[in-house]
Amino acid sequence: MTVTSTPAESPKVRPAARKSRSSGAQRRAVAMFIGPFALLFVAFYAVPIVYAIIQSLLTVEREGTFGAPQQVFGGLVQYQQVFQNTAFWQSVGRVLLFGAVQVPVMLGLALLFALLLDSPLLKGKKFFRLAFFAPYAVPGVIAAIMWGFLYSPSLSPFGAVTSNVDFLGAELVLWAIANIVTWVYVGYNMLIIYASLLAIPHEIYEAARLDGASNIQIAWRIKIPLVVPAIILTAVFSIIGTLQLLAEPQTLRSFSSAISSTYTPNLAVYTTASIPNYNLAAAFSVVLALATFILSFVFLKATQRKVSQ
Amino acid sequence: MAAPATAPKRPRGGSTTAQSAENRGRGPRQSIMSRSAAMLVMGVFTLYFLTPIWWLLTTSTKTGGEITSTAPLWFTANSFATFFENLGRLFTYGDGLFGRWLLNSALYAGVGALIGTVIAAMCGYALAKYEFRGREAIFNVVLSGVLVPATALALPLFLIFSRVELTNTMWAVFLPSLVSPFGVYLARIYAAASVPNELLEAARLDGSGEVRTFFSLSTRLMAPALVTIFLFQFVAIWNNFFLPLIMLRDQVLFPVTLGLYAWNSQISQIPELRSLVIVGALVSIVPLIIAFLALQRFWSSGLGAGSVK
Repeated sequence: MTVTSTPAESPKVRPAARKSRSSGAQRRAVAMFIGPFALLFVAFYAVPIVYAIIQSLLTVEREGTFGAPQQVFGGLVQYQQVFQNTAFWQSVGRVLLFGAVQVPVMLGLALLFALLLDSPLLKGKKFFRLAFFAPYAVPGVIAAIMWGFLYSPSLSPFGAVTSNVDFLGAELVLWAIANIVTWVYVGYNMLIIYASLLAIPHEIYEAARLDGASNIQIAWRIKIPLVVPAIILTAVFSIIGTLQLLAEPQTLRSFSSAISSTYTPNLAVYTTASIPNYNLAAAFSVVLALATFILSFVFLKATQRKVSQ
Repeated sequence: MAAPATAPKRPRGGSTTAQSAENRGRGPRQSIMSRSAAMLVMGVFTLYFLTPIWWLLTTSTKTGGEITSTAPLWFTANSFATFFENLGRLFTYGDGLFGRWLLNSALYAGVGALIGTVIAAMCGYALAKYEFRGREAIFNVVLSGVLVPATALALPLFLIFSRVELTNTMWAVFLPSLVSPFGVYLARIYAAASVPNELLEAARLDGSGEVRTFFSLSTRLMAPALVTIFLFQFVAIWNNFFLPLIMLRDQVLFPVTLGLYAWNSQISQIPELRSLVIVGALVSIVPLIIAFLALQRFWSSGLGAGSVK
């Protein structure tokens, strides 16, 4: 089926082990394979992003006090509002603090568990693997409901603790949320790290053992450096997840009065959109997406440089 | 950072291969101390991970009054009967709303992840196995899609869907859920690793069309990977909160997480909902736990590949 002409062949500088007799068919196949995803990606990723940016550049004007509201181009008016909105920046600061503490704790635990699972020290590995991973099957909303009950002074099975320590009060509720997120995701991150530990060839350990290395030395000098890519992957996803926090705080609001309607950036987006002030909410979304993108990108670049050094 | 606990037992270097092979199993070489320490750590955290789920299970077998009046982490004399009574109330309350929610979630997550996996697999496969102009550009766009927080898209998606009057319909939640850039990323890695070029070349020589080769041959080789992609997309859709929260007003269209969230926030007005929320939470996590257990063989092998790059 070599109907189409050949010029498109020229960019194939190195046809990797494939001397194609029917590049036309192949090109059609590529279009068929990529087409559906490309279409959906444009419709539900690219267009919304562009649309959010457009909306964030508009502002609502009324002719007189009772005139019909009209959307007009407002330039960076919304962004000015974003930067003046202290509640929003407080929420950003809150999730950054949250991430700075929760992500290292969670990944540290995940790494510890993965190393223990990979060590010869444990029995019943299969059980531990499943038990630790089980919370991942619990959606954030459900996890927040469960822990909400467990934290509550009157309903908790640990009433002796929760009636003395106010986990849902203004001071601790952020860390109460951190505990929920950690509880859900440690096992998932553990499995990703564990899977990459399993991929390390055992000969490496044997060589180290012949040199008299102990388990801890092997873990520290060999295993951890080799699973750094997996840790970076989990860290990036954790950073993205942290900035997106919504389900857990929103659900906990019915247990705790300490969580305001702008507690996290996404809650601020939701609250602003329900006013409704779509243009400002869109500007929040754009800033948040950009911040997330930059933060994870910078993190990726920084760690890559470190690794390659 | 040598391990004092294990150091005395370790041969001073120059050990024989037989000895090091012995070290690899959970042989007598590991000191009792470090083994018990490892088991202790894992044991304590098993309690941490499983106690909330255990609490959910025992509390589901109690009446509203019994939740506070009986031993919190254990069953009552007539737990069995009460559990089924609670289940009955759960599925009959509000004209069987809960059953509808479960069905909705199964539809959003099950069908959505199925179609999404096929679409992502095709795209990732094409990116891995064909050379064509713009391949790297497409892959980079997909990668940046991974870093865009999905919640930042929820608001613009809502605005777009409201333009075409599709908010508050099942499509509003279903369609955007089909797109999974991370799925494409994984599919590309898996396809590159598990589908040999020689095999594709052989299939071509046999006269098999590209598309047929993909569906009859390549998907089989990628099967564990596809299960992994399916499962993680399933979980992502099942757990998604912001999109349905912002899109849906009609309770009948809610996925189960949003439904339970809605009930949970009404507890203060309607106290009888409390035990329904707890039983409902238990019922809603059972399908995910079953899915993970049943497909464990696949995902535990597929999980690691995502971080190998």
